[in-house]
Amino acid sequence: MAMVARPYDLPISPQDGRAPGRLGMMLLIATEASFFVYLLFSYFYLASMARGAWPPDGNNPALRLSLPNTIILIVSSGTMWWAEAGIRKGQQARLRIGLLVTLILGMLFLAIQGLEYSNQSFTPATHAYGSLFFTITGFHGAHVAAGLLMNIFVQARAWAGHFTATRHLALSNVALYWHFVDVVWIVVFLSLYITPRLG
Amino acid sequence: MAMTSGSPAMFGTAGPAAHQIAVLGWVLTIISLAVLLVVSLILLVALFRQRAARAEQPESVVIRPNGSIRLIVWGGIVVPAIILICALLFTLFVQSAVATPPAAPVATIRIVGHRWWWQVIYTARSPDQQVVTANEIHVPVGQPVRLELVSADVVHSFWVPKLAGKTDVIPGQQNTMWMQADKPGIYWGECAEYCGLQHAHMDLLVVAESPADFRHWLDQQRQPPPPPADPITATGERVFTRLACAACHTVGGTPAMGQIGPDLTHLASRRTIAAGTLPNTPGNLAGWIANAQGIKPGNDMPTMSLPPGDLQALVAWLETLK
Amino acid sequence: MAIATAPTAPVGKLAKTWETAPGLYGVLATVDHKTIGKRYIVTALVFFLAGGIEAAFMRTQLIHSNVHLLDAEEYNQIFTMHGVTMLFLFASPILSGFSNYLWPLMIGARDMALPRVNALSYWTFLLSGVFIYTSFLIGQAPDGGWFAYVPMTGRTYSPGLNIDFYALGLIFITISTTVGAVNFVVTFFRMRAPGMSLNRVPIIMWGTLSASVAIIFALPALSAACVMLYFDRRFGMHFFDAAEGGHPLLWQHLFWMFGHPWVYIIVLPAIGLASDMIPTFSRRPLAGYTFVALSTVTTAILGFGVWVHHMFATGLPMLATTFFSAASMMIAIPSGVSIFAWIATIWHGRPVFRTPFLFLIGFIVLFVIGGVSGVMTAAVPFDWQLTDNYFVVAHLHYVLIGINVFPVFAALYYWLPKMTGRMLSERYGRWVFWLMFLGANLAFFPMHISGMLGMPRRIYTYQAGLGWDTVNLITSIGAYVFALGVLLFLVDFFRSLSVGPEAGDNPWDAPTLEWSVSSPPPPYNFAVIPTVRSRHPLWEGRLDEEYHTLIGSGPVLDHGRETFGTSALDSDPFEILQMPEDSLWPLILAAMMTVTFYGLLFGVWWLAILGLVLVILSLAGWCWPRPARDEEMDLLPEEG
Repeated sequence: MAMVARPYDLPISPQDGRAPGRLGMMLLIATEASFFVYLLFSYFYLASMARGAWPPDGNNPALRLSLPNTIILIVSSGTMWWAEAGIRKGQQARLRIGLLVTLILGMLFLAIQGLEYSNQSFTPATHAYGSLFFTITGFHGAHVAAGLLMNIFVQARAWAGHFTATRHLALSNVALYWHFVDVVWIVVFLSLYITPRLG
Repeated sequence: MAMTSGSPAMFGTAGPAAHQIAVLGWVLTIISLAVLLVVSLILLVALFRQRAARAEQPESVVIRPNGSIRLIVWGGIVVPAIILICALLFTLFVQSAVATPPAAPVATIRIVGHRWWWQVIYTARSPDQQVVTANEIHVPVGQPVRLELVSADVVHSFWVPKLAGKTDVIPGQQNTMWMQADKPGIYWGECAEYCGLQHAHMDLLVVAESPADFRHWLDQQRQPPPPPADPITATGERVFTRLACAACHTVGGTPAMGQIGPDLTHLASRRTIAAGTLPNTPGNLAGWIANAQGIKPGNDMPTMSLPPGDLQALVAWLETLK
Repeated sequence: MAIATAPTAPVGKLAKTWETAPGLYGVLATVDHKTIGKRYIVTALVFFLAGGIEAAFMRTQLIHSNVHLLDAEEYNQIFTMHGVTMLFLFASPILSGFSNYLWPLMIGARDMALPRVNALSYWTFLLSGVFIYTSFLIGQAPDGGWFAYVPMTGRTYSPGLNIDFYALGLIFITISTTVGAVNFVVTFFRMRAPGMSLNRVPIIMWGTLSASVAIIFALPALSAACVMLYFDRRFGMHFFDAAEGGHPLLWQHLFWMFGHPWVYIIVLPAIGLASDMIPTFSRRPLAGYTFVALSTVTTAILGFGVWVHHMFATGLPMLATTFFSAASMMIAIPSGVSIFAWIATIWHGRPVFRTPFLFLIGFIVLFVIGGVSGVMTAAVPFDWQLTDNYFVVAHLHYVLIGINVFPVFAALYYWLPKMTGRMLSERYGRWVFWLMFLGANLAFFPMHISGMLGMPRRIYTYQAGLGWDTVNLITSIGAYVFALGVLLFLVDFFRSLSVGPEAGDNPWDAPTLEWSVSSPPPPYNFAVIPTVRSRHPLWEGRLDEEYHTLIGSGPVLDHGRETFGTSALDSDPFEILQMPEDSLWPLILAAMMTVTFYGLLFGVWWLAILGLVLVILSLAGWCWPRPARDEEMDLLPEEG
């Protein structure tokens, strides 16, 4: 039905980087990124106004769990890239395996995050630092969870064989989102875990 | 309401800070009105020039004339930029002029914003020299005072239009400003930042008097009030200290040490009650005690149902707290 | 690229393809930008009336000293809801309505780029408005003012649900505004008809584009602030609690980082509407098109750098206030450019005085007043006197009524005939204009004076003897006169639906593409996609343009819902976009969000989690490709 001859030879809804859905996803990421910018602004603002030590109990957030976790998330970005590069060549297996590994790494990240939460000596209601710490990392965690749900969604489509070498916009969007979540974590990690050590 | 000397207008000022700002204000107002006038005139001319000539052409004619860009560049960029730069320079000049008082402040007054009244503390090196009052600030004419503004609860803003611009009163930080009255008088002040239910009733008076009178007032405020001189006022004091009143209010020289409401040690010397809500008369005072929630709903003062005799005695005693 | 011309477009087939399904399904599932645009406009006007009724209550309370029509609690709720309604539920949505309706028609497209996102944007707007207004049902409407300063709005001093409605309602409406903005940006850069290069788009496109980009970057500040407020209130966190390391000024910074761009978000599209109407009534193209387009974009960018001028009295260091004072004054220059572009257009044109033009003249005058009073408040020491008193109330109403409401009413008189096919009455229109113009000035000019007389804003009553009675009386009378004008407009509108003269395609002899189609336009907008060659396609013949826009001949695109995807700068077509069918998912998703927000509001966590799960499932249902489309996709040739 779509093969009916057209009087003009333009591609029909090509799923490339210029597709409206792609631009839409980039704008969505821009607004989400701004949200994190404002959260981090709040963090640095309150840090600059703090009268005593920052963090308040004088202990910088531990790197024992967070540093490996950072590496896990960076690796998961790599596996996501590997999956997307696979489908660009039409390799379904590489797509499916890549998505699956990414999903597992993402879940691992959340599990370790949960472990770190349970080890914290403070809660979100202890002081403003606690509110900031849990809200910023929590919102990032929620974005990881959203990325994992998207992963499950495109994974189902991948196993159903929806994607081809030229038509995989949904997957590319999910991959872009995942890389964004990764970059946000790196910024959050540098802000919350590293900058207090520099002062 | 004859509590103050007229309207709290920001023009017709009574202090150097407000005065310099008023000059800036007048200049900006005149520039603004001139801009409005000139632009409106240009617009009117644009609308009605060559009206007769145009009427002859049918509406369907559309034209593409030249010469518009010059009007945009001059009217929209060059002239406004010159005006704005001048306005900015004058603004900066005034801002640095009012940043510091003309002389060293003669007193430091700590003002604590409460929902919805002003606690006023004349700080002193020794605590017994400190004076605590509420909703009425006395200042010496011709001498600057320094104000430290802090909040006990939410954000307020301290504003006495005739004397100075407003400064916000923010929990967790202390803002400072200075104020000077050049003419004796009573000046109206108010909370300018919306602070909840009774924001409308959070006013204060600034009483500017000669330095001698000011010293006298300060000395008097440092003394405890006279003890009750007759049975009625003695009953009044007993009512006050035994009932809930003493839990919230302090009266110097008595066991009443409450910290929640205004210090009433010299209540009778103040001109208003309930933060400028009512003139301080025995009738209003009795009405306020009997029906505080009806007059200023939501404030912390409960409505007290006292036997008429007790109420009378209480008011009689409060009236002695000069 | 070979483009065939169709001598007779298959309009029957196109209509069948693009029509919304009849019946309830169609009503709930439509993605037609024209329907969505009209719904936006009507809904926003209903909220305008609600906000107006609230204003009438306030003005009656303040008509004289010691009037007690409302008690303090009622007045505080009413003034807060007036601000929230007018700023979030009227001023921005009404412009989204016009942009939604007009954009595709102006740029020769058949719909917005993301039609289902468009439907989502509307439904979330409607439901968030309903969400906020249900607070009145339990007598706990927001009462912290539209900028809800902490800690007054924290749990300690505001234990009711009032502020929870505010915080969650604003997060909810942020979703609507943000997805709408994304849609506008994508549409701007992908959907313009062939040949409509960047220098040929109507100014409204620049206005809404600038506003949309500002929304994308500024609104998260509001969401973040409201999330923190909700967390502080509901979970005992300490973002704004000075005793535990938080700070009340954090809220003020975040709020105004959003709040000041928001002012430009709700005026730039309106300025665009005005810039597109003034040429029609001046019988000439807009003077200084490039100046106006650039000043629009510049204003949106500079708007991010002036937020501190709302905080001059908070005790910031002088260096900071100086910088923001200078920036706030300089932002007047782009406005000056636009004003003189309009004046130059009229000066060198041949003005025709119709109702929309009267509103546009009123708009220019009110804009100047709102602009100069803005410069006055940008002067730091003078602002110490002016801020938070009625001068600021006067200033912001001149800005919002002058630069939003007046262009909107001009636009209603101008474009309603396109939407309904019927003209409004010139005779009524003149009355409406004069009542609104005189009413606005009578109401708001004296407010400058009440401010200078020391009257603070947001007081529910005032004492006699402060010299405020007369100015307030005049203000109240002006408000009633203004309201009379609005009511007369409503009469005129409903009258016109039955007895208004037929509008025809182009009643104003206007130059832009939306006037080349019938009134109301067919479901498919354009039988053939136009190929644009200038800024004023319908005036080309009379302006001796070298090249002529092709209207009525050109590509048809009738294989399903199709329109061109074009390049961002030059608008060269590079793809044919298949547009989505009607869908219930946007409505379902919006409804599930509503469930979530009520769960969060009442702290009923199972309900919030259930709502969230349903939101996720709705999104999955939305994004899962439908079988028919899927088959078609698999059949598509692989381009490489």
